[in-house]
This record gives sequence, structure tokens and C-alpha cells, in this order.
Amino acid sequence: MNSFEILEYVAWAISVLLGLWMLVDLIRTNRAYSEELLLSSREGDIDDALVIDPTHQGANR
Amino acid sequence: MTQTTAVHGEKVSLLRVLGPGHVWALGVGIVLVGEYMGWNFAVGKGGAIAALIACWVAGLLYTCVAMIDSEVTSTVAAAGGQYAQAKHIVGPLAAFNVGLFLVFAYTMLEAANAITLGYLVQTVGTMAGFEGVSDKPFIVLTILFLAWLNYRGVYATLTFNLVITAIAFIAIVILFAAVKPWGNEVLKLDALLNGLPYGWLGVIASIHFGLWYYLGIEGTCQAAEEVRSPPRSLPLGTMAGMMTLLIAATMTWYVCSGLMPWEYLGQAITPLFDAARLTGSTLLMVLLFVGTMFSTLASANGCINDASRAWFSMGRDHYLPVWFGAVHPKTRTPYRSIVFLVPVALVFAYFAPLDQVITFSILSGLLGYTYMSFNVIMFRKKWPLGMIKRGYEHPFHPLPAIVLLALCALTYFAVFLGYGTQLVAMLVFYIVASLWFAFHRYKYVRRGDQFTMAWPRPQGY
Repeated sequence: MNSFEILEYVAWAISVLLGLWMLVDLIRTNRAYSEELLLSSREGDIDDALVIDPTHQGANR
Repeated sequence: MTQTTAVHGEKVSLLRVLGPGHVWALGVGIVLVGEYMGWNFAVGKGGAIAALIACWVAGLLYTCVAMIDSEVTSTVAAAGGQYAQAKHIVGPLAAFNVGLFLVFAYTMLEAANAITLGYLVQTVGTMAGFEGVSDKPFIVLTILFLAWLNYRGVYATLTFNLVITAIAFIAIVILFAAVKPWGNEVLKLDALLNGLPYGWLGVIASIHFGLWYYLGIEGTCQAAEEVRSPPRSLPLGTMAGMMTLLIAATMTWYVCSGLMPWEYLGQAITPLFDAARLTGSTLLMVLLFVGTMFSTLASANGCINDASRAWFSMGRDHYLPVWFGAVHPKTRTPYRSIVFLVPVALVFAYFAPLDQVITFSILSGLLGYTYMSFNVIMFRKKWPLGMIKRGYEHPFHPLPAIVLLALCALTYFAVFLGYGTQLVAMLVFYIVASLWFAFHRYKYVRRGDQFTMAWPRPQGY
């Protein structure tokens, strides 16, 4: 096995890990929060005062 | 696992953290790869002069797109961009189609970028002396890594785009300066330019790939719900992006046409990198290789951002299953839409040929531009200037809309010359999708809820 083949396997491994990470997080999030909350976004909504999870307010806080 | 239910007034929405720089990075990031590769097939269709004409004709088309888009988006500040505009201004069926155009244009472009990045890594491996090098793991990694980045949050995603897009643009400027464009020491335009080898028909045919210089700049308005000040940031970022691209496109054409004969340039895979190789400077070669990789990454990254916002918006309005309209409570991204579109991009990147994927993307984009010309005329008619507040008012209305429509018609003809079957096949696809929406899906749409802008009743209604 040459070093490029190792690189290819590393690429496959990282891809699988990232894919699994997203899938697991998606399932966990779906289970942890109610559909009502997850689907509560409204188009053009600019009222950030009501949003939950203040630790994830981004750079504008 | 415990369920967190919403209490009164508690909700999640996309995060408003972006500034004009991010908007610029989104628009230019998607497009700049077209300068690194793709535009030069216009040279193959009609020669270098034809490619320059195509560059400026397409530049005019996209300037109209950017002006029209800036005005409408500065009033319809919603994720989904042109989809949300169509919903408010034209009607549901148009909005559904525009949403699909956006999703397919960006997802196909993302797939094309992933194929290109895989090819670049494969080329490096082959040049380094390895045998049987495969591009597939790198295609898959590109899509998965960027989808993961998008899933994690919009601020990091577009800041990443800002950095790599700026490097890719600076690389073009450095190459331009390095070939001393003020003299004919390095560039041999006098010797290499050969007029129009296929006449004016070649010029028309080259417009198909002339679009590649700018395809995707209209994607800036997908960020409408995530920018801090949409009326200011969106027009500023979009117009600055368009100016950047006009400069980059002209520089690219000038350098490449002055270094390579049109017979070679017209079929080169990485023309700017080849131009750097011809200068004999290792530093420039490395810089332009990095620029090529970064521009490809930035484009795929922006495409995931835009396609997922369009898909998310359609889900939120029940145009698609509402499940897609969810926002992640922590990362504040449309996480279900991002994940759903990953396998779609993977299938096209893995199995479809590059030119077919690119043509699908171009045609979807072109259908979107055609709609925009009608959209802005209806917008100005229903809500004339002064009736609602606009962050930007585009000049000379309705001239840009008419020019845009005429150039779209010309480009359809140009695409038909090379890819007539795909054009017809794609129109059939969108007609079938429209029938599905009109006769099946539309009954799920809550008609009153989808109009969210606090606009007065349209004139004449």
C-alpha cells in the first residue's frame, strides 16, 4: 500500500465520521426538542429577543 | 431522552450574524471558480475574442441580475431569495419552480465543484508518481466536510468562505501583475489573437460558457434572513461582488489569452494554473494551484449554503414536506435540509459526467434569470417606487429587465446549439414537477401564512 492509498483511506474515514456525526446529531436533536419548537422559525423573522439558547447568539451579542 | 417543548413565545430562527463581507464572500465565493476553470470553453466555441465578447455580454446580463436582485431582495428579506420574491410578487407555481431552479442550480454546481476538486487531487497524485489514484474519496470528502461545516453554523461557514475567496482573488491579481500587462514582454496578444475563427455564430455559441464567469452571484440573497442589516448589506455585498467578478474575469481573459493559443486554451482544464506554469515561476504555480483549490472549495461551500436555504424555505411554507423547515436550536442552521441534500449531491458527483452536471446547473440558473425579468416588472407595477421602502432602487427601469430577457433568449439559443437534448429534457422535468405541485402538493400550502412581508395591498387590487 503506497502513501496515496493511505490518504484515500483517511479521506474515506473522515467522510464516514462526518456523515455519521451529522446523522447522529440530527436524530438526537429531533428527539431532544419538540417539532413545534424546531419548526417555529418564521420567514423574515427579525425578533431575536425571543430565541432560545443564549449561548448560541453568535457574534452580535 | 427528554423532550424540550416550546413554551409561549419561545422559538428558534436562523441567526442574524452576517455582514456585507460575508454576503460578498457568498456571491464571489460561488462564482470565482468560473474564472479558474470553465470560462475558457467559450474560447473553444468561438476563439479568444469571442470569449471576451461573451465575458462582457454575460457581464451585462449579470449586472442586470445583480441590480434587479438587489432592489427586490432589499425589500423581501427572507431565506430562499428569489423563491421568496416569486411567492410574494408572482404566485405559488412560479415560486415553486424558482425554488427548484435554485436548489438544482446550486446542488449541481456543488457536485461539479466536488468532481473538480477530486480531479485536482488525483492529478497531484499522478504527477507525484502514484499509480491507480482515485478521485472518489476526495469528491465524497469535499461534500461531507462542507456539509458538516454548514451544519455547524453560518458564521464560521461564510467566514471560512471570506478568507479562501479573498486568497483566490488576490492570486489572480498577483498573476496579472506578474505578467506585466503594460508591455508585451510576457504576454503575446498580438501574435495569439486570431479574430473570430467561427464568425458571429461562434460568438453566440461561446455565450453558453461566458455565463461561467458570473454564474451564482445572485446567490447572495439567500443570506437575507441571516444578515444583520438586509437593506444595506445585501445590495452592498452583491454589487461589490459583481464589480469584483468583472475585474477578475477581464484580468483572467487578458492573462490567459496572452499566454496560450486559443486551440489549447479552449480545452484546458485549469487555465489559470496553466498560465502560472507558463510564467516559469514556482511561486506563482503554487499560488494559483492554491487559488484553484480554494475557489473550488468556496464555490461548493456557498452552494450548500444556498441550496439548503431554498429547500428549507420551501419546506417552511409547506411547498415541500414541512419537516424540512426545521432550524437547529443550537447551531441555528436548517440542519435537515443540509443533511437531505448531501446524498443528492453525492449521487450526481459520483455518477454523472461533469459537462452534464454543469449544463444542468447553467440551465437551472438561466430559467431563474428569465423569471427575474418578469418578476421585477411585476414588482414595480404592483408596488411602484415610494409605495414601499426599498434599500436600493435600480436605475433605468425597465431597461435592465428587457436587456436581461433578451440576453436570456440569446443564451437559450447558445445552449441549444450544444446541449439541445438536455435543454428539452430539463424543461420536461420542470413541467412534470409543476404538475405534481399544482395537482397534489398545493393543497397542503397555507395560502395566507406564506405572505409575510408587511406590504400594502398592490396597486390595482
